Amino acid sequence: MTTTTSAPLLAAEGITVRFGGLTALDDVGLAVAPGTVVGLIGPNGAGKTTLFNVVSGIVRPQRGAVSWKGRRLQRHRPHHLADLGIARTLQGLNLFPGLSALDNVMVGADRLARGGALAMLTGLGRYHSDERRLRERAMAALEEFGAADAARAMPGTLPFGVQKRVALARAVVAEPELLLLDEPASGLSGEDIAALGEAIRSFGARMGVLLVEHHMDLVMDVCDHIVVLNFGEVIATGTPAEIQADPVVAQAYLGAAEEEGEHG
Amino acid sequence: MVSLRNHESTGQGEQPRRASAPSAADRWRALPALVRFPLAAAAAFAAVLALTFVTGPTGDLRIGSVGYYMLAIAGLQLLIGYSGQISLGHGAFMFLGAYTMALLVLHQPALPLWLNMLITVVLSCAAGVLVGAATARLHGPYLAGATLALAVGLPSVTVRFPELLGGSNGLAFSTRGAPPALAGVITNTQWQAAAVWLTTLIGLVVLATISAGRLGRRMRALRDDESAAGLAGVPVGRTKVIAFVISAGAGGLAGACQAYLLGTATPSSFTVTLSLSLLAALVLGGLGSMWGAFFGAVALVYVEVWGEDLAHALSLDSNVANNLPIVFFGVLLILVILVWPQGLHGMLRSLAGLVRRGR
Repeated sequence: MTTTTSAPLLAAEGITVRFGGLTALDDVGLAVAPGTVVGLIGPNGAGKTTLFNVVSGIVRPQRGAVSWKGRRLQRHRPHHLADLGIARTLQGLNLFPGLSALDNVMVGADRLARGGALAMLTGLGRYHSDERRLRERAMAALEEFGAADAARAMPGTLPFGVQKRVALARAVVAEPELLLLDEPASGLSGEDIAALGEAIRSFGARMGVLLVEHHMDLVMDVCDHIVVLNFGEVIATGTPAEIQADPVVAQAYLGAAEEEGEHG
Repeated sequence: MVSLRNHESTGQGEQPRRASAPSAADRWRALPALVRFPLAAAAAFAAVLALTFVTGPTGDLRIGSVGYYMLAIAGLQLLIGYSGQISLGHGAFMFLGAYTMALLVLHQPALPLWLNMLITVVLSCAAGVLVGAATARLHGPYLAGATLALAVGLPSVTVRFPELLGGSNGLAFSTRGAPPALAGVITNTQWQAAAVWLTTLIGLVVLATISAGRLGRRMRALRDDESAAGLAGVPVGRTKVIAFVISAGAGGLAGACQAYLLGTATPSSFTVTLSLSLLAALVLGGLGSMWGAFFGAVALVYVEVWGEDLAHALSLDSNVANNLPIVFFGVLLILVILVWPQGLHGMLRSLAGLVRRGR
């Protein structure tokens, strides 16, 4: 698998973010093409999550621009992402504890509904057909991740691995074109990580994926292209093989190797 | 499509998926909201109407009171139980509704009751937009404080405009009772209680439809985790304001029903105590389910009634008698919440679960 040359879905160029006197990101660029999995790695504090937050519209960069399908994103807010076709998972599980697993996924499916505000308020029009459509799609997503048995359960009663799958189902149920995964492997067992890798590769066939992850085996396994950040700067980019052979990357990780697989 | 290999068991406490045949309850739940909730409301209306044939005028008044309190508490349920915003000032919207109703009856006597109700809903929703937009950026205790200030401040408007709003004595008016055609069939108080309940039930159908659908799910999602809800596409700020507006509309309509039932609108009925009582009744009835509003309203009206009856029966001093209902309500609230944090609705659910398992 090599990087495709088609126009990128998501492109970030010259992103610079300063928090007070601290430069979190300095002239960072990144592109995700359709159907590829791009990994974003780097030691703790390298600026990976900040870059994610810039893409999500949570943090505004001092310089640089994020563009989506060639159109520059300005003033976008997190809740606009879903309508653009971008889904993001958070570092934690962030499931809604008061909603059943199925309802959790149905929240993610909401943008597939066709009814308007009037239908939502009155029960007329597409209200019922929307409910049915969302429920079916959510159920299908849960089945895809092998969590269909958990549909009626509350998240708190489910094992951690199943909760992770519900969270993934919620992120991809609306068929986003780009999936931002923030440390999806944290807290998972080896077996679950293998299954996760399989899932991420299958997402890659349907959508672009941007993956922040500490678990190097997973990153090397699933990514088509890797961007390495250190102290807010891009120090290397390339295929997994190139990155593994890069002495600069090895040096950046020297002493940080202990932290692999831990929370960022 | 992907299939993940290791399908884990998903913990206990849930029923096996797909029982052989869908039960009656499942089939009922599968009905469209547009069918299910109006049917339930029609049944409830028939039951209430039947009940008024065995109660006297005082009983009718109490039944009507349960109705409008239920509507106000159900609106609060949508705001607090679903969208997770705490309002300590919902009495202000009841105040607004009651005075709108009184002014309409006094100054536009030709307007039919249903139109008065409709005007009240529109006005209270408009007030809800104003307050909701102003408070949308406030969280938790700050929102509670802002709404509390509204409940404290608003009733004193009556003293500021005594000619229009009747000062501290409020406004008194009389409404048309039962239509002449029904003169021998039902009494005026029965008619009034029925009108209040019809309004309440229509309001509840709307609230139940909203809370069972996409909007309700969005509210519950942002209540549980705002950032995750935002990333899932829920417009967080707008959804909060919508919840506030809807609950303001329900509060205003409840106030209009109260004014219509009692024939008065006085500032002393809409003190902070009312707002706090609504909140207490909501918690007692149970957060997170529209049934909680029903149990809360029944408790709010009848605990007071029983407290007064008990004080009478024991021929207590009036100082004690006046405070007994409040003590009752407080003790009941503490006991229920200690044993069933989900309120009376949670209590009945767990009892029903025990009975089912016992069989």
